[in-house]
Amino acid sequence: MPLFWLRVALSLYAVGLLYALAAVWGGREILTRITMPAVGLGMTFHFVALIENAMGTGVWTPASMHELESLLAFLLMVFFFIIYARFHATAPGLAVFPLVFLLTASAALGANKAIAPNPLFVSSQWIYIHVGLIFIGYSALLFSFIASILYLIQEKSLKSLKAKPGAFWTRLPALAVIDDIGYKCLLWGFPFMTLGLIAGAMLGEARQGASYFLDAKIALSIFTWILYVVILYTRWSAGWRGRRAAYLATFAFCTAVLAWAANSLSHTHRFIVP
Amino acid sequence: MKFHLIGVNHNTAPLDVRELLAVSESRLPQAVGELVKHPGVEEGMVISTCNRVEVIASGAHPSDLRGFLHSYFGVSPDAIQSHIYEFHEREAVRHVFRVASSLDSMVVGEPQILGQVKEAYTVARGLGAVHSALEALLSRAFAVAKKVRSETAIGSSSVSIASVAVQLAERIFGSLEGRTVYLVGAGKMAELAARHMIGHGAKRVIISNRTYERAVDLAESLGGQAVPYDKLYETAGQADIIVTSTGAADPIFRKEHAEALLKGRRNRPVFFIDIAVPRNVAPEVNKLDGVFVYDIDDLQSVASTNSAERKKEAERAEQIIETEVDRFALRMKSLKVVPTILSLQEYCENIRQAEIDRIRGKLGQISPEQEAAIEAMTRGIINKLLHTPITTLKSSAANPEAETIHEMIRRIFNLDAKNLDSKNLDSNQNNGKPKG
Repeated sequence: MPLFWLRVALSLYAVGLLYALAAVWGGREILTRITMPAVGLGMTFHFVALIENAMGTGVWTPASMHELESLLAFLLMVFFFIIYARFHATAPGLAVFPLVFLLTASAALGANKAIAPNPLFVSSQWIYIHVGLIFIGYSALLFSFIASILYLIQEKSLKSLKAKPGAFWTRLPALAVIDDIGYKCLLWGFPFMTLGLIAGAMLGEARQGASYFLDAKIALSIFTWILYVVILYTRWSAGWRGRRAAYLATFAFCTAVLAWAANSLSHTHRFIVP
Repeated sequence: MKFHLIGVNHNTAPLDVRELLAVSESRLPQAVGELVKHPGVEEGMVISTCNRVEVIASGAHPSDLRGFLHSYFGVSPDAIQSHIYEFHEREAVRHVFRVASSLDSMVVGEPQILGQVKEAYTVARGLGAVHSALEALLSRAFAVAKKVRSETAIGSSSVSIASVAVQLAERIFGSLEGRTVYLVGAGKMAELAARHMIGHGAKRVIISNRTYERAVDLAESLGGQAVPYDKLYETAGQADIIVTSTGAADPIFRKEHAEALLKGRRNRPVFFIDIAVPRNVAPEVNKLDGVFVYDIDDLQSVASTNSAERKKEAERAEQIIETEVDRFALRMKSLKVVPTILSLQEYCENIRQAEIDRIRGKLGQISPEQEAAIEAMTRGIINKLLHTPITTLKSSAANPEAETIHEMIRRIFNLDAKNLDSKNLDSNQNNGKPKG
């Protein structure tokens, strides 16, 4: 895994991390101006790194945790810029930049050793579709989660009237915009998440039969998807927003993180052969 | 000067206290009537807006105003003591100037207050409660307000309550584009707010007022839609922004109303702007998810975080006011010497007339030209003689020795003697005449 370009991207993402930290402690104007170009450039180099990786190994394999982290970080950045283009909102960056930095750092600074990929994983083209779709779904869920947290912060600041000028929440997008971001992310992410799960299920079914679904990781993933449906449904039918929606989104997100972490517990769904 | 002022405003008293003292428009004449009946009060007026209650009087002994405030409103003195401010003389003048110039306003520079002061003045004047001293004070205050407005930028940019409301609405809704505004109560402030929001893109205005005709009138002028007051709760759910400004004594929107409203809107946020005092929206409504209630005090706290620019302008305005207070004080003092000047002139004129009458007999037949020449000469002598005493009197008004000079001139010319008739003068002159 060639790491040079990834490390360049990482150093540029560091600007984003600084921006997020500084924003909370009463941000610096200069950082605001350089952050978007910096992380944009970082994303470009990140893309170069991913391509180079694929070219270098002949075929890109989601073979190691590190490569998956790198891919997820890249997708999160893409998602961030889509939202930025659509809503002119930089606020999700407050949460996304640090996360992207950590994921990329783990990928770029992690052990650069050759790993024998899980043969199950590389044996089918379906795996790319599965991973790609699921990751887009995860990203959407994460952004929706961030939006619901921002919604709570903005709602609280609007109600408490304590917003000092310059405090970072005074620069948050309007409540309705945050709400829209959260909702749109859910909507965009849902088909990806669903199709990703279907692709995964087909892979598993073909390989292991029905027992595949009894695995902890798989069960958690399906549970996450059900929560996803519940969030969308409450939103559609009752217009749940604010606190209740944020609790649901937090719960769904935690489940998703658990599902991701469950790799190490899983018998059937592992990135690397133990 | 014997001006006295007692009051509460948005800075000194919370809404709960101001609600106790608020005088509605319909009760204002009665309150002013009571005020001037109060012992020690020669002239008086009452300004009551959602942000302040000011009782202004001339001639009163300070404790009289206190007594009036407590007796008229039936509020125990101790309960509100810490919220009351009192100004006397020069300080009272300054305060009135500051209020009229919108320097004491919740949103500094907002233009409504001047109109409100003018209305209070008109009411008091109509009752004869304002005539000489307060008349001078108020008309000067209006001139000062105009000066402040034209010489500083205090009234420009986003300073009115309406703009603060729009600013907040934009933090909730992103933009007002396509939003619906509901006015409950068709007062001037509500109208202003509505116009401002339409200017920022609000699409629809619904107006409900206890007097339906007023709602229809306003709906016509705003291009909105009037709704009968009894349909208020059914229709309120259509609105994203609800501006309440009725004179209702109890809240119109309570928690249960707001909950029903939210349900009907499928939890889309609602923004209440409550500019009424007493409040039209119960405070606990703000605790509901997705409901944002800003009362007049909240708007204040938002407004106060606004730019340093206006602070600078406010400082300039304060300087203008300081100069104007000096000028006014000087004028009030020089007004004091006016009676002395007048009686001095009258005294001399009487002497002149008496002397002309006396000499006319001795001169026999004179031509009109000669008569005119005598008139001109005697007038000239008097004017020249009086020139220095009168200018000294006028210019001394500002000096500490003013009283002494004033007193001396009255005594030298014996101006306090009741009869300045010619007989008296004659005897005086005879006494003064050297014998022989």
